Amino acid sequence: MANTNSSDGEVLSAPLTIEYPFRRSTGPILGAFFTGLREGVVVGVKRSDGSVLVPPSEYDPDTAEALDDLVEVGQAGKVTTWAWVVKPREKHPLDRPFAWALIQLDGADTAMLHIVDAGSKDRMKTGMRVALQWADERVGHINDIKCFVPEG
Amino acid sequence: MAKIQALEGVEPVTMIDAPARLDYTFTAGRATSRFLKGLEKKKLLGERSAATGKVYIPPRGADPVAGVPTDEQVEVADCGTVTSFCVVNVKFYGQAMECPYVCALVLLDGADVAMFGLIQEMPYEDVHPGLRVEAVWVDDNELSTTLENIKYFRPTGQEDAPLETYKEHV
Repeated sequence: MANTNSSDGEVLSAPLTIEYPFRRSTGPILGAFFTGLREGVVVGVKRSDGSVLVPPSEYDPDTAEALDDLVEVGQAGKVTTWAWVVKPREKHPLDRPFAWALIQLDGADTAMLHIVDAGSKDRMKTGMRVALQWADERVGHINDIKCFVPEG
Repeated sequence: MAKIQALEGVEPVTMIDAPARLDYTFTAGRATSRFLKGLEKKKLLGERSAATGKVYIPPRGADPVAGVPTDEQVEVADCGTVTSFCVVNVKFYGQAMECPYVCALVLLDGADVAMFGLIQEMPYEDVHPGLRVEAVWVDDNELSTTLENIKYFRPTGQEDAPLETYKEHV
Protein backbone atom coordinates (compact mmCIF):
# COMPACT_ATOMS: atom_id res chain seq x y z
CA MET A 1 0.00 0.00 0.00
CA ALA A 2 1.20 3.50 -0.73
CA ASN A 3 1.58 5.99 2.02
CA THR A 4 -0.44 9.01 1.07
CA ASN A 5 -0.75 10.79 4.38
CA SER A 6 2.27 13.04 4.75
CA SER A 7 1.10 14.83 7.88
CA ASP A 8 1.67 11.97 10.31
CA GLY A 9 3.09 9.32 7.99
CA GLU A 10 0.69 6.86 9.55
CA VAL A 11 -2.25 6.09 7.35
CA LEU A 12 -1.90 3.90 4.27
CA SER A 13 -4.15 3.84 1.27
CA ALA A 14 -4.14 1.97 -2.00
CA PRO A 15 -6.31 1.36 -5.05
CA LEU A 16 -8.94 -1.33 -4.57
CA THR A 17 -10.90 -2.66 -7.52
CA ILE A 18 -13.88 -4.94 -7.15
CA GLU A 19 -14.91 -6.59 -10.37
CA TYR A 20 -17.51 -9.17 -11.24
CA PRO A 21 -17.50 -10.54 -14.79
CA PHE A 22 -21.18 -11.43 -14.84
CA ARG A 23 -22.53 -13.41 -17.78
CA ARG A 24 -26.30 -13.54 -17.85
CA SER A 25 -28.64 -15.84 -19.69
CA THR A 26 -31.11 -13.76 -21.64
CA GLY A 27 -34.13 -16.05 -21.87
CA PRO A 28 -36.09 -16.20 -25.13
CA ILE A 29 -37.59 -12.71 -25.10
CA LEU A 30 -34.60 -10.58 -24.21
CA GLY A 31 -32.62 -13.03 -26.34
CA ALA A 32 -34.79 -11.98 -29.31
CA PHE A 33 -34.17 -8.33 -28.43
CA PHE A 34 -30.38 -8.81 -28.39
CA THR A 35 -30.49 -11.00 -31.50
CA GLY A 36 -32.44 -8.21 -33.17
CA LEU A 37 -29.83 -5.64 -32.20
CA ARG A 38 -27.14 -7.80 -33.77
CA GLU A 39 -29.27 -8.13 -36.92
CA GLY A 40 -30.05 -4.40 -37.03
CA VAL A 41 -33.67 -4.34 -35.87
CA VAL A 42 -35.29 -3.28 -32.60
CA VAL A 43 -37.66 -5.85 -31.16
CA GLY A 44 -40.46 -5.28 -28.70
CA VAL A 45 -43.24 -7.43 -27.35
CA LYS A 46 -46.97 -6.79 -27.66
CA ARG A 47 -49.24 -7.02 -24.64
CA SER A 48 -52.80 -8.26 -24.82
CA ASP A 49 -54.07 -4.66 -24.84
CA GLY A 50 -52.01 -4.02 -27.98
CA SER A 51 -49.38 -1.84 -26.34
CA VAL A 52 -45.74 -2.62 -27.06
CA LEU A 53 -42.92 -2.92 -24.52
CA VAL A 54 -39.40 -2.04 -25.67
CA PRO A 55 -37.17 -3.60 -24.47
CA PRO A 56 -39.51 -6.59 -24.36
CA SER A 57 -40.23 -8.39 -21.14
CA GLU A 58 -41.14 -12.03 -20.65
CA TYR A 59 -44.15 -11.26 -18.54
CA ASP A 60 -46.72 -8.50 -18.57
CA PRO A 61 -45.73 -6.08 -15.80
CA ASP A 62 -49.38 -5.54 -14.81
CA THR A 63 -51.08 -8.89 -15.32
CA ALA A 64 -48.05 -11.24 -15.13
CA GLU A 65 -49.33 -12.88 -18.30
CA ALA A 66 -46.57 -14.57 -20.33
CA LEU A 67 -45.72 -12.52 -23.42
CA ASP A 68 -44.29 -13.80 -26.69
CA ASP A 69 -45.81 -11.67 -29.47
CA LEU A 70 -42.57 -10.13 -30.72
CA VAL A 71 -42.83 -7.10 -33.00
CA GLU A 72 -40.36 -4.85 -34.73
CA VAL A 73 -40.47 -1.18 -33.84
CA GLY A 74 -39.00 1.94 -35.42
CA GLN A 75 -35.41 3.15 -35.28
CA ALA A 76 -36.28 6.68 -34.28
CA GLY A 77 -38.37 8.11 -31.51
CA LYS A 78 -38.71 10.80 -28.91
CA VAL A 79 -36.84 11.62 -25.74
CA THR A 80 -39.21 11.42 -22.76
CA THR A 81 -36.64 12.50 -20.18
CA TRP A 82 -32.90 12.96 -20.03
CA ALA A 83 -29.89 13.87 -17.90
CA TRP A 84 -26.82 15.60 -19.25
CA VAL A 85 -23.44 14.12 -18.31
CA VAL A 86 -20.94 16.95 -18.15
CA LYS A 87 -17.90 14.85 -17.30
CA PRO A 88 -18.14 11.28 -18.58
CA ARG A 89 -16.52 8.67 -16.41
CA GLU A 90 -14.19 5.93 -17.55
CA LYS A 91 -16.87 3.34 -18.17
CA HIS A 92 -19.33 5.66 -19.84
CA PRO A 93 -20.13 4.89 -23.47
CA LEU A 94 -18.75 8.22 -24.73
CA ASP A 95 -15.69 10.16 -23.67
CA ARG A 96 -17.36 13.50 -24.35
CA PRO A 97 -20.44 15.06 -22.74
CA PHE A 98 -23.67 13.23 -23.64
CA ALA A 99 -27.19 12.65 -22.34
CA TRP A 100 -28.62 9.59 -20.70
CA ALA A 101 -32.14 9.53 -22.02
CA LEU A 102 -35.33 7.55 -21.98
CA ILE A 103 -36.30 7.13 -25.60
CA GLN A 104 -39.71 6.01 -26.78
CA LEU A 105 -39.24 4.48 -30.22
CA ASP A 106 -41.91 4.84 -32.87
CA GLY A 107 -44.33 1.96 -32.38
CA ALA A 108 -43.37 1.48 -28.74
CA ASP A 109 -45.41 2.44 -25.70
CA THR A 110 -42.52 2.38 -23.26
CA ALA A 111 -39.23 4.23 -23.26
CA MET A 112 -35.80 2.65 -23.28
CA LEU A 113 -32.65 3.91 -21.60
CA HIS A 114 -29.84 4.84 -23.96
CA ILE A 115 -27.61 7.77 -24.77
CA VAL A 116 -28.03 10.80 -27.00
CA ASP A 117 -24.85 12.10 -28.58
CA ALA A 118 -26.07 15.66 -28.96
CA GLY A 119 -22.73 17.46 -28.71
CA SER A 120 -24.18 20.12 -26.48
CA LYS A 121 -26.75 20.27 -23.71
CA ASP A 122 -28.44 23.11 -25.60
CA ARG A 123 -29.57 20.63 -28.25
CA MET A 124 -31.38 18.47 -25.68
CA LYS A 125 -35.07 18.92 -25.11
CA THR A 126 -37.77 16.70 -23.69
CA GLY A 127 -39.91 15.51 -26.58
CA MET A 128 -37.14 15.95 -29.14
CA ARG A 129 -36.88 13.44 -31.97
CA VAL A 130 -33.82 11.22 -32.10
CA ALA A 131 -32.61 8.55 -34.50
CA LEU A 132 -30.75 5.36 -33.73
CA GLN A 133 -27.19 4.86 -34.88
CA TRP A 134 -25.83 1.35 -35.10
CA ALA A 135 -22.35 0.34 -34.02
CA ASP A 136 -20.07 -0.81 -36.82
CA GLU A 137 -19.65 -4.23 -35.24
CA ARG A 138 -22.64 -5.82 -33.57
CA VAL A 139 -22.54 -8.83 -31.29
CA GLY A 140 -25.94 -8.98 -29.61
CA HIS A 141 -25.49 -6.41 -26.85
CA ILE A 142 -27.13 -3.11 -25.92
CA ASN A 143 -23.95 -1.37 -27.14
CA ASP A 144 -24.85 -2.56 -30.66
CA ILE A 145 -26.80 0.69 -30.58
CA LYS A 146 -23.92 3.15 -30.65
CA CYS A 147 -26.11 6.06 -29.63
CA PHE A 148 -29.09 8.16 -30.64
CA VAL A 149 -28.61 11.49 -32.38
CA PRO A 150 -30.95 14.45 -32.81
CA GLU A 151 -33.06 13.91 -35.90
CA GLY A 152 -32.81 16.18 -38.91
CA MET B 1 -43.14 -17.00 -32.01
CA ALA B 2 -40.78 -14.85 -34.03
CA LYS B 3 -42.56 -13.24 -36.94
CA ILE B 4 -39.69 -10.89 -37.48
CA GLN B 5 -37.84 -11.62 -40.64
CA ALA B 6 -34.47 -10.47 -39.34
CA LEU B 7 -34.66 -13.12 -36.63
CA GLU B 8 -35.48 -16.01 -38.96
CA GLY B 9 -32.74 -18.57 -39.40
CA VAL B 10 -30.09 -16.70 -37.39
CA GLU B 11 -28.26 -17.96 -34.34
CA PRO B 12 -30.17 -16.59 -31.34
CA VAL B 13 -28.36 -14.66 -28.62
CA THR B 14 -28.73 -16.57 -25.34
CA MET B 15 -26.09 -14.93 -23.14
CA ILE B 16 -24.77 -11.44 -22.57
CA ASP B 17 -21.70 -10.26 -20.73
CA ALA B 18 -22.61 -7.66 -18.13
CA PRO B 19 -19.52 -7.05 -16.01
CA ALA B 20 -19.62 -4.82 -12.95
CA ARG B 21 -16.54 -2.98 -11.72
CA LEU B 22 -16.02 -0.58 -8.86
CA ASP B 23 -12.78 1.35 -8.43
CA TYR B 24 -12.04 2.48 -4.91
CA THR B 25 -9.19 4.04 -3.04
CA PHE B 26 -9.05 2.09 0.18
CA THR B 27 -7.72 3.96 3.19
CA ALA B 28 -6.68 1.57 5.89
CA GLY B 29 -7.10 3.79 8.94
CA ARG B 30 -4.53 4.16 11.69
CA ALA B 31 -4.83 0.76 13.40
CA THR B 32 -4.81 -1.25 10.19
CA SER B 33 -1.95 0.89 8.89
CA ARG B 34 0.08 -0.07 11.96
CA PHE B 35 -0.77 -3.70 11.27
CA LEU B 36 0.31 -3.39 7.63
CA LYS B 37 3.56 -1.69 8.57
CA GLY B 38 4.20 -4.52 11.05
CA LEU B 39 3.75 -7.04 8.26
CA GLU B 40 6.54 -5.35 6.37
CA LYS B 41 8.80 -6.39 9.30
CA LYS B 42 7.23 -9.87 9.57
CA LYS B 43 5.42 -8.83 12.73
CA LEU B 44 1.75 -9.53 13.32
CA LEU B 45 0.40 -6.62 15.35
CA GLY B 46 -3.01 -6.90 16.93
CA GLU B 47 -4.66 -4.57 19.39
CA ARG B 48 -6.11 -5.37 22.78
CA SER B 49 -9.36 -4.02 24.07
CA ALA B 50 -9.08 -2.71 27.62
CA ALA B 51 -12.78 -3.45 28.08
CA THR B 52 -12.78 -7.14 27.18
CA GLY B 53 -9.09 -8.09 27.14
CA LYS B 54 -9.55 -9.50 23.63
CA VAL B 55 -6.81 -9.12 21.06
CA TYR B 56 -8.11 -8.31 17.59
CA ILE B 57 -6.12 -8.93 14.44
CA PRO B 58 -6.16 -7.35 11.94
CA PRO B 59 -7.00 -4.46 14.25
CA ARG B 60 -9.65 -1.95 13.21
CA GLY B 61 -8.91 0.42 16.05
CA ALA B 62 -12.00 -0.44 18.05
CA ASP B 63 -13.50 -3.29 20.02
CA PRO B 64 -16.66 -4.23 18.11
CA VAL B 65 -18.20 -5.80 21.23
CA ALA B 66 -17.58 -3.02 23.73
CA GLY B 67 -17.48 -0.16 21.26
CA VAL B 68 -14.31 1.34 22.71
CA PRO B 69 -10.97 2.13 21.08
CA THR B 70 -8.24 -0.51 21.22
CA ASP B 71 -5.02 1.35 21.81
CA GLU B 72 -2.71 -1.29 23.25
CA GLN B 73 -0.67 -2.91 20.51
CA VAL B 74 0.13 -6.59 20.94
CA GLU B 75 2.37 -8.73 18.79
CA VAL B 76 0.90 -12.17 18.17
CA ALA B 77 2.66 -15.28 16.90
CA ASP B 78 2.85 -16.26 13.25
CA CYS B 79 1.63 -19.73 14.15
CA GLY B 80 -1.74 -20.88 15.37
CA THR B 81 -4.64 -23.30 15.13
CA VAL B 82 -7.04 -23.96 12.30
CA THR B 83 -10.56 -23.34 13.59
CA SER B 84 -12.44 -23.99 10.37
CA PHE B 85 -11.65 -24.42 6.71
CA CYS B 86 -13.08 -24.83 3.27
CA VAL B 87 -11.80 -26.87 0.32
CA VAL B 88 -12.29 -24.79 -2.80
CA ASN B 89 -13.26 -26.93 -5.77
CA VAL B 90 -15.07 -24.37 -7.86
CA LYS B 91 -13.19 -22.21 -10.29
CA PHE B 92 -13.99 -18.54 -10.51
CA TYR B 93 -12.80 -15.45 -12.32
CA GLY B 94 -9.65 -13.95 -10.89
CA GLN B 95 -8.74 -17.09 -8.96
CA ALA B 96 -5.06 -17.14 -8.11
CA MET B 97 -4.92 -20.78 -6.98
CA GLU B 98 -5.30 -24.14 -8.68
CA CYS B 99 -8.28 -26.16 -7.43
CA PRO B 100 -8.59 -27.88 -5.08
CA TYR B 101 -7.05 -25.74 -2.37
CA VAL B 102 -7.83 -24.92 1.23
CA CYS B 103 -8.89 -21.62 2.79
CA ALA B 104 -8.93 -21.60 6.56
CA LEU B 105 -9.49 -19.49 9.59
CA VAL B 106 -6.36 -19.58 11.74
CA LEU B 107 -6.44 -18.53 15.38
CA LEU B 108 -2.94 -17.15 15.85
CA ASP B 109 -1.36 -17.75 19.25
CA GLY B 110 -2.06 -14.66 21.31
CA ALA B 111 -5.05 -13.51 19.22
CA ASP B 112 -8.74 -13.73 20.05
CA VAL B 113 -10.06 -13.65 16.53
CA ALA B 114 -9.13 -16.00 13.72
CA MET B 115 -7.51 -14.73 10.56
CA PHE B 116 -8.05 -15.90 7.02
CA GLY B 117 -5.29 -17.81 5.24
CA LEU B 118 -4.44 -20.58 2.80
CA ILE B 119 -3.22 -23.99 3.97
CA GLN B 120 -0.54 -25.61 1.83
CA GLU B 121 2.22 -28.25 1.97
CA MET B 122 -0.22 -30.98 3.00
CA PRO B 123 -3.01 -33.01 1.34
CA TYR B 124 -6.19 -30.97 1.41
CA GLU B 125 -8.17 -33.93 2.77
CA ASP B 126 -6.02 -33.95 5.92
CA VAL B 127 -6.80 -30.37 6.95
CA HIS B 128 -8.96 -30.32 10.10
CA PRO B 129 -9.93 -28.06 12.98
CA GLY B 130 -7.26 -28.09 15.68
CA LEU B 131 -4.45 -28.46 13.15
CA ARG B 132 -1.39 -26.46 14.19
CA VAL B 133 0.01 -24.30 11.39
CA GLU B 134 2.67 -21.67 10.85
CA ALA B 135 2.96 -18.82 8.40
CA VAL B 136 5.20 -19.12 5.37
CA TRP B 137 6.40 -15.64 4.49
CA VAL B 138 7.59 -14.30 1.18
CA ASP B 139 11.32 -13.72 0.82
CA ASP B 140 12.57 -10.79 2.89
CA ASN B 141 13.30 -8.70 -0.21
CA GLU B 142 9.64 -9.03 -1.25
CA LEU B 143 8.17 -7.83 2.04
CA SER B 144 5.83 -4.87 1.85
CA THR B 145 2.81 -3.47 3.68
CA THR B 146 0.45 -6.23 2.61
CA LEU B 147 -1.06 -9.41 3.99
CA GLU B 148 0.22 -11.08 0.84
CA ASN B 149 3.52 -11.25 2.74
CA ILE B 150 2.10 -14.45 4.21
CA LYS B 151 2.03 -16.80 1.25
CA TYR B 152 0.17 -19.50 3.16
CA PHE B 153 0.21 -21.54 6.36
CA ARG B 154 1.72 -25.00 6.62
CA PRO B 155 1.45 -27.67 9.30
CA THR B 156 3.97 -27.40 12.13
CA GLY B 157 3.90 -31.11 12.90
CA GLN B 158 2.81 -30.37 16.47
CA GLU B 159 -0.02 -32.30 18.08
CA ASP B 160 -3.47 -30.91 17.47
CA ALA B 161 -4.57 -28.11 19.76
CA PRO B 162 -7.14 -29.23 22.36
CA LEU B 163 -10.67 -28.17 21.48
CA GLU B 164 -10.92 -26.04 24.63
CA THR B 165 -8.27 -23.71 23.22
CA TYR B 166 -10.36 -22.76 20.20
CA LYS B 167 -13.94 -23.91 20.87
CA GLU B 168 -15.14 -20.30 21.11
CA HIS B 169 -14.17 -19.96 17.46
CA VAL B 170 -15.85 -23.03 15.99
